Amino acid sequence: MIVQELIFYAFSLVMIFAAVSVITVRNPVYAVLFLVLAFFSAAAIWLLLEAEFLAIILIVVYVGAVMVLFLFVVMMLDINLVPFKEGFIRYLPVAVLVALAMAVELLMVLWARGRFGADMFPVPPLSSADYSNTRELGQLLYSNYLLPFEVAGVILLVAIIAAVALTLRTRPGIRTQNPSAQVRTRRDESVRLVKMKSEKPRSV
Amino acid sequence: MNGAELLLAAPEYLVLVMACVVMIVDLFLSKERGGIIHMLSMLTVIFAAIITLRGGFLMDTTQAATTFNDSFIRDQMGDVLKVFSFVMMGLIYIYAKFYLRSFDLFRSDFHALSLFALLGVMLLISANSMLMIYLGLELIALSVYALVAFDRDSGRGSESAMKYFVLGSMASGMLLYGMSMIYGATGSLLLPDIAEAVRTQGADDILLVFGLVFVVVGIAFKFGVVPFHMWIPDVYEGAPPAVTLFISSVPKLAAFAMAFRFLSSGLGDLHFQWQNMLASLAVLSIVLGNLAAIMQTNIKRMLAYSTISHMGFVLLGLLPDTVFGFGSSMYYVIVYGIMSVAAFGMVILLSGRGVEAEHLSDFKGLNQRNPYYAAIMGLVMFSMAGIPPMVGFFAKLMVLKAVIEAGMLWLAVTAVVFAVIGAFYYLRVVKYMYFDEPESEAAIVAPVDFGAALTLNGIMILGLGMFSSSLITICMTSFG
Repeated sequence: MIVQELIFYAFSLVMIFAAVSVITVRNPVYAVLFLVLAFFSAAAIWLLLEAEFLAIILIVVYVGAVMVLFLFVVMMLDINLVPFKEGFIRYLPVAVLVALAMAVELLMVLWARGRFGADMFPVPPLSSADYSNTRELGQLLYSNYLLPFEVAGVILLVAIIAAVALTLRTRPGIRTQNPSAQVRTRRDESVRLVKMKSEKPRSV
Repeated sequence: MNGAELLLAAPEYLVLVMACVVMIVDLFLSKERGGIIHMLSMLTVIFAAIITLRGGFLMDTTQAATTFNDSFIRDQMGDVLKVFSFVMMGLIYIYAKFYLRSFDLFRSDFHALSLFALLGVMLLISANSMLMIYLGLELIALSVYALVAFDRDSGRGSESAMKYFVLGSMASGMLLYGMSMIYGATGSLLLPDIAEAVRTQGADDILLVFGLVFVVVGIAFKFGVVPFHMWIPDVYEGAPPAVTLFISSVPKLAAFAMAFRFLSSGLGDLHFQWQNMLASLAVLSIVLGNLAAIMQTNIKRMLAYSTISHMGFVLLGLLPDTVFGFGSSMYYVIVYGIMSVAAFGMVILLSGRGVEAEHLSDFKGLNQRNPYYAAIMGLVMFSMAGIPPMVGFFAKLMVLKAVIEAGMLWLAVTAVVFAVIGAFYYLRVVKYMYFDEPESEAAIVAPVDFGAALTLNGIMILGLGMFSSSLITICMTSFG
C-alpha cells in the first residue's frame, strides 16, 4: 500500500509541476510538451484507480493524436507571442483579485464539514482478476447512456459540417482533381495505338 | 426499452434524419433548384409538429413518460414548447429564404445547421439528466456559432461568431463545473435522483450552493441576462438577420425549459438560494436592457437590448417557484419568440438587394411606402411595449401578477417602471413610421409567401392577445 501511495504522490507532483509549467514557459512548443507530460501523469494516476481503459484512451487519443496535431500547428505557425503579453501588468490587479476570490471560494467548499476528507470515502474494494474495465464501460455506454452517446456523435457531425461550411470555397480558375472523372477514365482515352513501320536496323 | 418507449422521441428522429437528408439531397441539386431544400425543411417542421401533436401529451396534463433510461422526458410542457418551436421555425425558414435569396447566400448549410440546432433545442427541452442538458446546449451552440459566421465574406459576422464562441465556451465550462459539483454532492446525473438526494441530505450543503452558482451562470448566459449579456448586441448585429431571427427566438424556449428542469425539477429544494440569484439578474436585465436600448440607432442592437429586458421578465416569472409563476414565464417566452420573429422579419423585409436595413431611420415614413407592413410593425412594437390588447401586454401582466402574489412587490414596481421607460424606444419606431418623411422612395416588394407569413405572424400577435386564455391555460396546466 505504501508503494502505491508513493507512486500516487510522485505522479501527482509531476502533474502539478507540468500543469504550472504549461502556462508559465515562454516557448509554446515546451508548453505543449509539458501538457503531454501532464496528460501522461494523469493517465498513470487513472491506472492506479484501475481505470485502465480510460488511461490508455487518454494516451492514445490525447497524447497520440490531439497533442501531436497541436504540436504540428504550433511548429508550423509562426506565432508572435508579444501581443498576447501586452497589458499583462494592466490587467494583473483584476486578475489577482478574481483568482483570490475563486481560491477562497474553493477552499471554503473543500474545508466545509470534511466533505472531501479521506475519511469521508471508504477505500473501494479491489476488483477481481477477471474484471474488465473496458467491458463495463462499453455496456454502460450502449445501454444507460445510449442517448447521450448518440447525441455526442451528432455534435461531432455538426462540427464537421461547420468546419467544411466555413472553410470550403469553390473559386473559379483553380486546377483541382476530379476523382470521379479519374475513376471513370477508360483505356482508349489515354492510350493511343499508332501504327508505324518498324525501323530497320542499320547495317553496320 | 421497448418500441413504444423508443417512439417517444419520434420528432427528434425525424429532425435528425431530415437534417442529414437535406445535406445529401443538396449534392444532387443545381444551384437554381435550391427551393427543394427550402421545401424539405418546411416539410420537416410541419411533420415534426404533426408527430408531436399526435403523441397526445399536448392536451394531457397528467401524463409524462421517460425513455432512454430516464434521460429523456416527454411531457406537456415539452410538447407545447416544441410545437411553438416548429411554428417559429416555419416562419423563420420563409423569412430567411427571402433574405438568403436577395443576398445570394442561399446554401443548404443554413438549412442543415438550423435543423441540427432545432434538434438541440428539442433535446434540451426534453432533457432529464445533466448530461443531456449539456449535450443539447452544445448542439445548439455549435450549430449557431457556425450560422453566425455563415456569411463568410462578412468581417462583422466572423468577428461576432468568434466573440460568441469564446464567451459561449466559457459559459459551457462554468456550467460543466457547476454540474460536476452537483454530481459530487448528490451522486447522480438524473434530475429526479438529484432532487431526491437533495431532499434527503438537506439543502444547506455548501457544495450544492457552490455548484448552483455556476449552473445559474450557465443558464443566465443562455438567456443572455445581465451581467452575462455581452454577446447579445454584438451577435445580433454581426450575424445575418436570417440567423438573428433564429437566435432570438427558438433557443430562448429551450433556455426556459432548461431553467425550469434544472432549477425546479432538479434543485427545487434550493429554491431560496436561486431565487435571490435570479432576482438580481432579472432586475439588472430589465434596468440595463431598457436603458441601453434607448441609446441605440441600429435596430438590430435595439432589439438585442430589448431581448435582454424581456428575458429579465422571463426570469421574474421563475422566481416564485409556483405553478402560476412557471406558467406565466412559459407564456412570456413563447410570446416573446413570436414577437421577435416578426420584428426581425420586418428588418429582413426592408433590406433591399445587398443593403441591410439596420438603422432605425430606415423605418422612417414606412406608412407612406407601404401602409400594410407599417401596420404589422406597429402591432409588433405595441406588443413588445406591452400595450393592450396585444399579446405582449398579457404576458407582462401574468408575470407581474405571479411576482406580486409571491409578495415581491418591489420587484414588480421596478419592472413596471422600467417597462414604461422601455415603451419609449418601441414607440419611437412607430413615430418614425407614421410621422416622418421616408428617406427612400423605393417600393417594398416581398414574395407572396413572405407576405402571408408576416400576416400570419401579425394575426398571432393580435389573436393570441385577444383570445389569450386558451394558451395561458395550457401553459398553466403544464406545471400541475
